[in-house]
Amino acid sequence: MQKYECDVCGYIYDPAAGDPDNGVKPGTTFEDVPNDWVCPLCGVTKEDFSPID
Amino acid sequence: MQEYLKALKISENVYWVGVIDWNIRNFHGYSTERGTTYNAFLVIDEKITLIDTVKEPFYDQMMARISSIIDPSKIDYIVSNHAEMDHSGALPLAVRDIKPEKIFSSQMGQKNLNAQLDIGMEITVVKTGDNVSIGKNELHFIQTPMLHWPDSMVTYLKNEKILFSQDAFGMHLAGGKLFYDEYDTWLLDWEHEKYFANILMTYSGKILQLLQELPEMNLDIAMICPDHGPLIRHQDDISRVLKLHEKWSSQRPEKRVSVIYDTMWEATSRMAASIADGVRSVGVDVEEICMTSSDRSHVATMISRSGAIAVGSSTLNNNLMPSMADVLTYLRGLKPLNKIGFSFGSFGWSGEAVKQLNDYLTEMNVEMINQGLRFKYSPTVEELKQCFDAGVELAQKLIDKIEKQEK
Repeated sequence: MQKYECDVCGYIYDPAAGDPDNGVKPGTTFEDVPNDWVCPLCGVTKEDFSPID
Repeated sequence: MQEYLKALKISENVYWVGVIDWNIRNFHGYSTERGTTYNAFLVIDEKITLIDTVKEPFYDQMMARISSIIDPSKIDYIVSNHAEMDHSGALPLAVRDIKPEKIFSSQMGQKNLNAQLDIGMEITVVKTGDNVSIGKNELHFIQTPMLHWPDSMVTYLKNEKILFSQDAFGMHLAGGKLFYDEYDTWLLDWEHEKYFANILMTYSGKILQLLQELPEMNLDIAMICPDHGPLIRHQDDISRVLKLHEKWSSQRPEKRVSVIYDTMWEATSRMAASIADGVRSVGVDVEEICMTSSDRSHVATMISRSGAIAVGSSTLNNNLMPSMADVLTYLRGLKPLNKIGFSFGSFGWSGEAVKQLNDYLTEMNVEMINQGLRFKYSPTVEELKQCFDAGVELAQKLIDKIEKQEK
């Protein structure tokens, strides 16, 4: 599954791990992460994330 | 403006050329009771390098210190470890007068510097693992994003073995001495924890990660030079400071309760007093903080030092007291972890404050031990006894939690 990186702080969203602390279950693709989810490190929205290798 | 100030030698070829801001008392809402310093450093080598600058109004002071040992125009490189204005504000003036060959920063540093200032020249981007030789010494860069801005990085000076750590491991303390070992420990520990609580707490996870990664980098660190406060030059002090940051960042519960409240006609303050007395009765340390006469940065420090909190407010015009909204909004942003607590407050007729306090505690993931204590007008002796008992229960639950964690 495609990982995404926060353009602001470098936090990496890994779909395999999700973000359980903030209600995103492991296995959730970035597209399926709710739109009101924010970067757990710096607080920016999904729009500030880009796909990475 | 003419200034007469000297650079201070801190190592074979490195000089402190920063400034002491004795008089600042409000640093974007952080009460800096003992002022602060903006540290900048000059490395004399084949490529003369200035590491960080200072707040813009102090530019002349920094330049005077630099001029006491070299002609500033001889500086070749400037490193910007952190784009915040207290370290970068003087950069455009420095570029104008020094005309350096290069400025180094992280990629986000380049973005953030250009978004805030008219730098006047290109910035060279460096990333973790990049080395730049400056002669006998070498600059080694390590990105530390969100410690505490996206642009943050630290620079390790090989040969002289100095870690220039920007805001990490710093504190707001103005003083006549340059080094950590020249100050009283109680003062250092208080100001260090205050700085941690107000600036770094929200990024506790990143600090723990950095502390874990540091040994793996095999850096031989002889001195840590933060951008604020004293420089740490002794091995035992360096390990002491790293251990303290590990302790604070871990946010393991401390055996202390903070009772934070505001009051209109002393009803909520009497509730606070009984709660605090209950806490004290089982041998747990407690501090009552009334927001009429205290400030949010003191509360943040006490939160770092407390495993439990009780927050109280009268109801004013169907809302909690604005001072409580202020401090709780601030605390919510600092993301303290692992706290237990409850809310309390006196009210006249509608009494919304306790619910609003509970909402804040919920957002802060505070484990609440009750629904909140709400009493009308002046609490009766029986109601104050309930407050006392809630204080006892909170302290007891904290003791149990700490004992459980220690097992």
